[in-house]
Amino acid sequence: MHIELRDIRKTFGDVRANDGISLAFEPGRIYGLLGENGAGKSTLMKILAGYQPADSGRILLNGQPAHFATPADALRRGVGMVYQDPLDFPPFTVLENYLLGRDRAVNLDFRQAAAELRAILDRYGFAVDMDAAIGSLSLGERQQLELVRLLAGGAQALILDEPTTGISASQKDALFATMRRMAAEEGKSIILVSHKLEEIQELCGHAFVLRKGQLVGETALPCPNRALVEMMFGQVPERTPRPPAAVEQPLLEISGLGVRTQRLTVGDINLSIRRGEVFGLAGLEGSGQALLMKAVAGLLPAASGRIALDGLDITHLDYHQTRAAGVAYVAAGRLEEGLIAGLSLTEHILLAAPRRDQTFFIRWGAARETTSGRIALCEVVGVPDSTAEQLSGGNQQRMLYAMLNEGLRLILLDQPTRGLDVRSADYIWELLYARRREGTAILFYSPDLDEIIERSDRIAVFSGGVMSRIVEAARTTADELGHLIGGQQ
Amino acid sequence: MKVVPLLKRIWPLMPVLASLAFILALLLIFGADPATAFQALWQGAFGSRDRLLGTLAFWIPLALCAIGLMLTFTAGLWNIGVEGQLILGSIGASWVALNLKGQPAWVLIPLELLAAMAAGALWAALSALLKTRGKVHEIFSGLALTNLAIILTNYLISGPWQPPEGGSFRGTQPFQEAALLPRLFDSRFSPLSLVLMSIALVIVAVLLGNTTWGLKLKALGRNSRSAFLLGVSSEREAVIAMMACGALAGLGGAVRVLSWFDSLRQSISGGIGFLALLVVMLSAYRMFWVPFVAFFFSAVLQGSITLQLRTQLHSSLGGILTGVLVLLTLLFGDYNHLRRLRKESRPDE
Repeated sequence: MHIELRDIRKTFGDVRANDGISLAFEPGRIYGLLGENGAGKSTLMKILAGYQPADSGRILLNGQPAHFATPADALRRGVGMVYQDPLDFPPFTVLENYLLGRDRAVNLDFRQAAAELRAILDRYGFAVDMDAAIGSLSLGERQQLELVRLLAGGAQALILDEPTTGISASQKDALFATMRRMAAEEGKSIILVSHKLEEIQELCGHAFVLRKGQLVGETALPCPNRALVEMMFGQVPERTPRPPAAVEQPLLEISGLGVRTQRLTVGDINLSIRRGEVFGLAGLEGSGQALLMKAVAGLLPAASGRIALDGLDITHLDYHQTRAAGVAYVAAGRLEEGLIAGLSLTEHILLAAPRRDQTFFIRWGAARETTSGRIALCEVVGVPDSTAEQLSGGNQQRMLYAMLNEGLRLILLDQPTRGLDVRSADYIWELLYARRREGTAILFYSPDLDEIIERSDRIAVFSGGVMSRIVEAARTTADELGHLIGGQQ
Repeated sequence: MKVVPLLKRIWPLMPVLASLAFILALLLIFGADPATAFQALWQGAFGSRDRLLGTLAFWIPLALCAIGLMLTFTAGLWNIGVEGQLILGSIGASWVALNLKGQPAWVLIPLELLAAMAAGALWAALSALLKTRGKVHEIFSGLALTNLAIILTNYLISGPWQPPEGGSFRGTQPFQEAALLPRLFDSRFSPLSLVLMSIALVIVAVLLGNTTWGLKLKALGRNSRSAFLLGVSSEREAVIAMMACGALAGLGGAVRVLSWFDSLRQSISGGIGFLALLVVMLSAYRMFWVPFVAFFFSAVLQGSITLQLRTQLHSSLGGILTGVLVLLTLLFGDYNHLRRLRKESRPDE
């Protein structure tokens, strides 16, 4: 299907998310849509997928103008989109989820649906248990199911928004192979939204680059990375050099720690983190890194062992007590865990302040001033009275850092730069390095091995609840970590 | 495009117009003259000094409960048990009135009010602790505790507190004059209760708008997970919010026994607790509107008593009017909110 977008415009308040974008997609080809955070990629694709209307501009499918009121509308015309967070129904089984919205009869025909679903799964080489509950699947598998739903709905054009965030390397390879086949054999148009240059280079034949809501360039791929980066940012951003290594003084000492949840048991963790150290945790999502961080934060009880911070036993402190002891925990979810929709940025800063700084009556003037300073420092695009949900995803992430208080001893970060582009991520790390110079230690998990190697002093890898030996970041490679993730020592 | 701002402006009036149309249709079906009916309603609420004072007297406890509910609704708690908390307040005040004999009013009244607030707060604390410690949703514990409060009232009236001439299931004997709130012109309206209600209104408005505690409640109500991660203790704040609401409802209960009636009666609450829930919803959870909406409810309900006398229509017409209005308001919702639901989206990364 030939898709053409003509002069698409969309504003959110004062922000011109799409400022007159015109481009075209041919059938049977794979396109990359690149741009930094807030460049307007997701907005443009959501317009094309019927998720939101444009303020003005036209969508032409095979030369015919199209108007989509809903995503279902768009799918009927052959345009489907896989979102960053799957829009499935966790309590359902795979088969039930497939039937949802497809079969409107009172008496559902499970047998026929199972046959249909099996045929699609086989055709694209997806291995998913049809009776498994959606909630028990990995993000990669849920993504495959989203694809299946769109394909079954007759999608001729597929949009994938950051599809490789949070999935394993082998799932990524399988996904890319499927996309190549769909383009080559079935003539589907595929659009990959990403800010990971390597992936775009690997998969796509053509790239469009957006900046500040406008189309600033397009090129055939592969091409030098440098050319893409220049188009994305206007200039090539300098990476901050990593400040010198940590001071030799133990801060966090974990001995024989065990954590149990219904899904996973983590046993016998021994770890000593030094003052001012950046310690990276690698591994597939759900391998135990998050449990370790939650146990340290006091969000999960330790089943065994001891956790000491600066000599103080914090093993049995609850989350709020641990927080008072100078430990900050930044969760991966933004509007789910950390920010509160409907509350202003000032109100967030007030809530996050340490208890001793909280006064009975709120001094709004002073609070707004503090907030202005904090959001300026963390480059949050917004004003103190903006509400959390008015911020774009990247700005929400930066807001989480603006809420970190002074004088912290330990910062725990779950996917610190999730969804941020290179420059924003670099800036966040600059802020974190500044903390580290004050002696704050940082313990973080990231699904991105390159980020872990580049940012950490030392690294531990988790695989199925077991922590590997500790490796020096300066002397390891993504390849070595990959082996450790696979459970090889 | 000019239609949208206009629609936005008149949107809050839509449910009012729609429910008036509904009542109009109802009146026509039953063959009543709408003009007479609405006139009777107005007369009943404001037609004479006594009627106006009656409307005011009914308004006070309703507003007190609604003000208390602003705290729990803000914290995301469905304090359905406010009805029971009001009844417990009545019982608390009655206990002091019946047991402290021969004391002057300036001793009795403060003690009665304190006992009422303590009893209401205690009843609410039960709901709150069942929620935080026992994982029992406050809606269910609230309903159960309200029923228990009604049973307790009936037991007291027919048992330990029955009048000397024998239990009649109707009420206790009238309290001593010194125990009752001073009332205006022999009516049921006590100016002191209006003063107390105004103080409560200002305190709660300030708490919600200008204190760290109010901000914590707001955070809890909107996203308890994030609020917890930001350092808000959900258990502590929920218990305090529930108890504060219970205390205000209890104060409302004291006003019911000490000025509306003069004794503890069988249906002492008059459904005011449940009405207060509707008041807060119709006020769109905005403090500013709460006293006005409560007053409107009181006027309609008082007015419909006269409506029955004049037009032979049952007085529940007032109840129908307020009920339909709340339903339609919830149905139409906030225009901006509806728009947001339609286009839940932001400029994204």
